[in-house]
Amino acid sequence: MSAIFFLIACSVFIALFFLGAFFWANKNGQHDDTYTPAIRILFEDDVISDGQENEKGVDESELNK
Amino acid sequence: MTPLKDVQKEQRCFHCGDVVVKANYEVDGHDFCCLGCKSVYQVLNQHKLTHYYKYNTHPGISIRKDKSQYFYLEDEGIANSLLDYKDDHIAAVTLYVPTIHCSSCIWLLENLHKLQQGVTNTRADFLRKEVRITFCHDIIKLKQLVELLTEIGYAPIITLKDTLSKSEKKDSNRLVRKIAVAGFCFGNSMMISFPEYFGLGTFERNYAQLFGVVNLLFTLPIMLYSGQDYFVSSIKSIRQGHLNLDIPLTLGIIVLFLRSVWEILSGSGAGFSDTLCGLLFFLLIGRWVQQKTYHHLSFERDYRSYFPVAVTKIDAGEEKTVALSALQVGDRILIRNNEIIPADAILLKGAARIDFSFVTGESSPVDKILGEIIYAGGKQTEQVIELEVVKPVSQSYLTSLWNDQKNKKEQVFFQSFSNKISRYFTPILLLIAFISLFFWFYIGEPGRAWSAFTAVLIIGCPCALALSSPFTLSAVLSVFDRNGLFMKDTLAIEKMAGIDTLVFDKTGTISTLHQKELPFKGSLPAMEASMVFSVCRNSNHPLSRKIVQSLQDTCEILPISSYAEIPGKGIRAIIKNKEVLIGSYSFVVGTDVQFYKGPGTYVRIDEHVRGVFSMEQKWRDGLESLIKALSSSYELHLLSGDVDRDSSVLSSLFPQRDYLNFNQLPADKLHYISSLQQNGKKVAMIGDGLNDAGALKCADLGLAVSDDVNNFSPACDAIMSGASFSKFCRFLGFSKKAMHIIYCSFAISLLYNIVGMYFATQGNLSPLLAAILMPLSTITIISFTSLTTRLYARKYTL
Repeated sequence: MSAIFFLIACSVFIALFFLGAFFWANKNGQHDDTYTPAIRILFEDDVISDGQENEKGVDESELNK
Repeated sequence: MTPLKDVQKEQRCFHCGDVVVKANYEVDGHDFCCLGCKSVYQVLNQHKLTHYYKYNTHPGISIRKDKSQYFYLEDEGIANSLLDYKDDHIAAVTLYVPTIHCSSCIWLLENLHKLQQGVTNTRADFLRKEVRITFCHDIIKLKQLVELLTEIGYAPIITLKDTLSKSEKKDSNRLVRKIAVAGFCFGNSMMISFPEYFGLGTFERNYAQLFGVVNLLFTLPIMLYSGQDYFVSSIKSIRQGHLNLDIPLTLGIIVLFLRSVWEILSGSGAGFSDTLCGLLFFLLIGRWVQQKTYHHLSFERDYRSYFPVAVTKIDAGEEKTVALSALQVGDRILIRNNEIIPADAILLKGAARIDFSFVTGESSPVDKILGEIIYAGGKQTEQVIELEVVKPVSQSYLTSLWNDQKNKKEQVFFQSFSNKISRYFTPILLLIAFISLFFWFYIGEPGRAWSAFTAVLIIGCPCALALSSPFTLSAVLSVFDRNGLFMKDTLAIEKMAGIDTLVFDKTGTISTLHQKELPFKGSLPAMEASMVFSVCRNSNHPLSRKIVQSLQDTCEILPISSYAEIPGKGIRAIIKNKEVLIGSYSFVVGTDVQFYKGPGTYVRIDEHVRGVFSMEQKWRDGLESLIKALSSSYELHLLSGDVDRDSSVLSSLFPQRDYLNFNQLPADKLHYISSLQQNGKKVAMIGDGLNDAGALKCADLGLAVSDDVNNFSPACDAIMSGASFSKFCRFLGFSKKAMHIIYCSFAISLLYNIVGMYFATQGNLSPLLAAILMPLSTITIISFTSLTTRLYARKYTL
């Protein structure tokens, strides 16, 4: 039954780990702006290396839709 | 193909979406409204950034800002005071850019490094409308960076305040961290408390002591870290002599802790550790909800937000940029077109035509002659003028008005509902506790006496009560928010509910300067309209452009044989041997002819004054019905800085003629409000925040009406978007209902307290009962307030 000491210690330790993770995220500024990243993720990756033609093609087809 | 066709049919600018008047600007098959929009497109196209137009249609902003306004950034000292960080190569700056409005904006700003060498990284914050730019300052200077932003339509607003208060960034994350710790302790102590609640077998009983001690360990961070604010606040409130709601809360927290320590260490019970942790967890969440603010709106602006960061000083014939704080009496300063005069000064050189709408509310600019004193806050609308400063910035007429008010406001202390309640709550709670203590002593059961005493203080802890206000008010806040009314804090809603007198400002508040059509007073036949149209086409003056826009559908272009634009006066042109004069009253009408005088652009063809393109203000939509609805339950006043030319219209609108006041200076408005307050009225001032800034601050509720909520926000309690003006009556009604909701939820939480009291006074409060009662009452209150608020919002169609 001494397992219970071990289990309590384990559970508290895991909880502490997550609390620490939260503190780290908070300090890192991850909660400062909760809106812009949601928009940022929708931006397409750059296709500039493919040259201007491709770039323009994408542009036109989007507009013609 | 259809959308593209539509765009072309309507002739909208590909960049900004404005109607294209005459398509002179075309690139790659896209039409543009002006050279500015076209060049932005070309710049973006050149750097392969046309993705900008892909995410949204017409994402651009038409450039109306003059980039020369940032001349002061050349001064190293001023530029450095704006920077967040600077080392040998890298510098970082955070700029407020109110024109950020869509995803394209974010995309373009974050790809700024492709547009400009030297920019290493850009981060946009959409809600705060800020960009943080990191750049190599040996490649690009701050001034160039700001000018680049202005060129592509994202002109940052830099004010005097930005240079002064850089370090005031407060740590709003502290509360979140406290909640996190409280949540951690709450979860763990509940887990450890469960065996106790489910009943311990004989075997587990050996571990009861262990569970208790572990539980106690979890309450330590709660007491030492999370609960700090409550202890501090209680001590403060006792020192100041008025009891706030934090005192019974703190009392409850301390008693819970002490009794838990006693029970666990003496082995007489399981203690109330999880209740204590839960209590603080919920209370802190309530605090957090109450703290909700609008990042992008500033409610604390004063004159420093309007004044420029620096001015051009003339020193021994040389132009020099100096920071405003370094400006001294006797300095000669240079004020260009559209610049604000920062200090009271004497006009030395040039033609001054000053727009004093900021100071006095008078909408038409005033001509000043040499040697006259020009008060700070006026905006020059003509060519460059030279002035000599006669008073320091901090002592000018305008700024003294602000400072005056600041002192006054501090004396007024608003008693919120929960503060009023807590004055009675704490004494009654203590009374019950002591009565039960003495009762059980008298009966002869001292053990039970202490148990009853502590239980009363625990049960009496007004947790649900403390939560009812923040949760209701923050729900109301978000309803208002959706409808274009932004309150500074939850307290402002309580203030709003208590208002019985409304004072309106006229210009910009119940009337608006923004209008699409331009009514012509007089007669203008089609032929002559075409003549006016043809003349105005050649001018870049904003009024000319407005006239062109209003006439373009019906008129044709006629050849002009002579054309001359006289700055500040108007246009003289000859078409078909007829002389056309368009411009100001004195220029067009002259002194010999009598004609209706009002703000507007006059037209004369040969000898005949044809009429005027009226620039008169239009009443806001729904004003009449709003005034009618308000007059039944509120006392209505009107303060106007203008002359009383509209008095006949207004007196038919407003129920009491005596309450209409014209020719009011800002100081008069301020005194008017305070005299109303001295008569025991609860006054709400509804103004545009320009010339009534002092009155807004002085009133119990200062409400600023603004057509562009992001661009302009004076010091006030609430900002209402102009489009929501007609909803104002419903806002007021809804705020009253919000107070009813708070009263109801207060009654509910009292009911819980009374039920708990029944057990508590008998001294048999079990930890289980406390652990159930406390979260149950909290959840009831939160769901009750949010449901009823939503219900009422629907009823008021908000």
